Amino acid sequence: MEKFIKHTGSGVPLRRSNVDTDQIIPAVYLKRVTRSGFEDGLFSAWRNDPEFVLNQEAYKKGTVLVAGVDFGTGSSREHAVWALQNYGFKAVISSRFADIFRGNSLKGGLLTVIIDQSDVENIWAAIEADPTTQITVDLDTRSVSYNSTVLPFEIDDYTRWRLMEGLDDIGLTLKETDSIDIFEGNRSSYKPKTLPIKK
Amino acid sequence: MGKTLAEKIWGEHIVRSAPGEPDLIYIDLHLIHEVTSPQAFDGLRLAGRKVRRTDLTIATEDHNTPTLNIDKPIADPVSKLQVDTLRANCAEFGVRIHSLGDAEQGIVHVVGPQLGLTQPGMTIVCGDSHTSTHGAFGALAFGIGTSEVEHVLATQTLPLARPKTMAINVEGKLKAGVTAKDIILAIIAKIGTGGGQGYVIEYRGSAIRELSMEGRMTVCNMSIEAGARAGVIAPDEKTFAYIKGKPHAPEEFDAALAYWKTLFTDADAKFDVEVNLDADSLEPFVTWGTNPGQGLPLNANVPNPADISDPEARGAAERALVYMGLEAGTPLKKIAIDTVFLGSCTNGRIEDLRAAADVLKGKKISSTLRMLVVPGSARVRLQAEQEGLDKVFLDAGAEWRNAGCSMCLGMNPDQLAVGERSASTSNRNFEGRQGKGGRTHLVSPLVAAATALRGTLSSPADL
Repeated sequence: MEKFIKHTGSGVPLRRSNVDTDQIIPAVYLKRVTRSGFEDGLFSAWRNDPEFVLNQEAYKKGTVLVAGVDFGTGSSREHAVWALQNYGFKAVISSRFADIFRGNSLKGGLLTVIIDQSDVENIWAAIEADPTTQITVDLDTRSVSYNSTVLPFEIDDYTRWRLMEGLDDIGLTLKETDSIDIFEGNRSSYKPKTLPIKK
Repeated sequence: MGKTLAEKIWGEHIVRSAPGEPDLIYIDLHLIHEVTSPQAFDGLRLAGRKVRRTDLTIATEDHNTPTLNIDKPIADPVSKLQVDTLRANCAEFGVRIHSLGDAEQGIVHVVGPQLGLTQPGMTIVCGDSHTSTHGAFGALAFGIGTSEVEHVLATQTLPLARPKTMAINVEGKLKAGVTAKDIILAIIAKIGTGGGQGYVIEYRGSAIRELSMEGRMTVCNMSIEAGARAGVIAPDEKTFAYIKGKPHAPEEFDAALAYWKTLFTDADAKFDVEVNLDADSLEPFVTWGTNPGQGLPLNANVPNPADISDPEARGAAERALVYMGLEAGTPLKKIAIDTVFLGSCTNGRIEDLRAAADVLKGKKISSTLRMLVVPGSARVRLQAEQEGLDKVFLDAGAEWRNAGCSMCLGMNPDQLAVGERSASTSNRNFEGRQGKGGRTHLVSPLVAAATALRGTLSSPADL
């Protein structure tokens, strides 16, 4: 995974709450068996509307999505994270994310930043007034800044460390193989197994 | 201080914990389907890794599978590739799979319980948010993304932050015609789609205890629609009886039973949050909007956004009414429906089919709509046919289909057309969920059947 330390880019105001993962990428786009090429499906239904924010010239180059509350609800599809990344987004800012989406985003290196709704409103106002406004998301200092505003955000130390080092979770867990072996040795024998098949 | 049920199960699955780090949690059962697994198997191949525990892993085909002509190759080449990829991956890595045409094929969350693989006290994951269904057995079960699917395949564990706990107490007695689906829709309307965010919900109270296992699965299934990580219900005699005799029920049943009986929230345990819902006053519930929290009793009218004080919720309601093509103030019962969908991991089990068939028996569905009946699994379909339910549906004018996710999300050919309106027993009324431009009202199987007969949203009491 690519390291994430700090990113600066322009913002895209998505003034909608409850953006579910079916909106981020509809099910018909989930049939691919790769991790790339999902940008076509990103917000595909809304992109039919010429007024939709991603269709506006001023926001086409944005890399920081600033969304309403409860972003990423619904399906567990990690394709939603891939679609945002494939399109070019590096970070998403919202006042609340759905749990599975947030987990997926932080596994894949798309930084999801939680700030107060009033701060989200202020960023919307700033990037709507001037779409070239640069937003910096700094994981090192745990802060979002734009113009002269600096907003701290919280992220746990472990996740921050993993993202800043670009570490792969599986590699980290495999270092604990001894603990997993011991745990398995103590599991109760009545726990079900899928093999051999019983009828 | 005592522990909640979720805390007990969590504690028993910690492989490793360290201050400031997520707990490493052991996974007892990993369910797999074709949509969220191909990139995970690819990752294993790239790193030269194996599946650590093929004997705790099981795959089935459900999201893409057609519900007609299942003896023929899948017509959509992209869907076919995805299903073929799952078959090839399972063969290569030694994972048990139930493919289209197999009696155990079906929606992954219907298949696990019917095989007896879902048992109390387990940790269960799947790359599918409705994995919460299995919580009905007192298991800690949650949906994961594809990176986590790969992680579980490789290590049989997941690093996870400890969730908070929420109790939802549903006390009282449901009126006739009010079901598990109405309970969960009412809960989501009450706490909102983000209300459960960060929590494992334990459903408690007399109305929950009174539910059958299948009703409990319906409730736990939609925990994710309230934003929760998982939903659990303490196992009891009904749970034990349901598992007994299933193919993978424990051979050492008494030993398992002794453990299962320890799985309840201690009297002195404390939940982070408690919510109460009165079962006596519940009515059949339907959604009017484009998220599952936008629901109301069937006797209500389409809400007026102007009456909603919260600006976010007001804006969302305004947009939802435009998308849904509804006028504020219209009685919900006057909304005409084009398609009734009975099925899904929420309401595609045998009791759901029985309940709907009971309403339809000897009657004809309205000529103004179509009705699709899609059993949750091939096994459910066979059972229904043994009971003659297929004849009831066909005689009423409904279509009797093969098993799968079908129109719940329209990855297969079963989709709504632009502007088409459904009454659906599934779990999500998102924009375009059942087909681009389609409009979804979430309902119980009883409301689905009554709606099919009358042509407008209805309950059996309206017949």
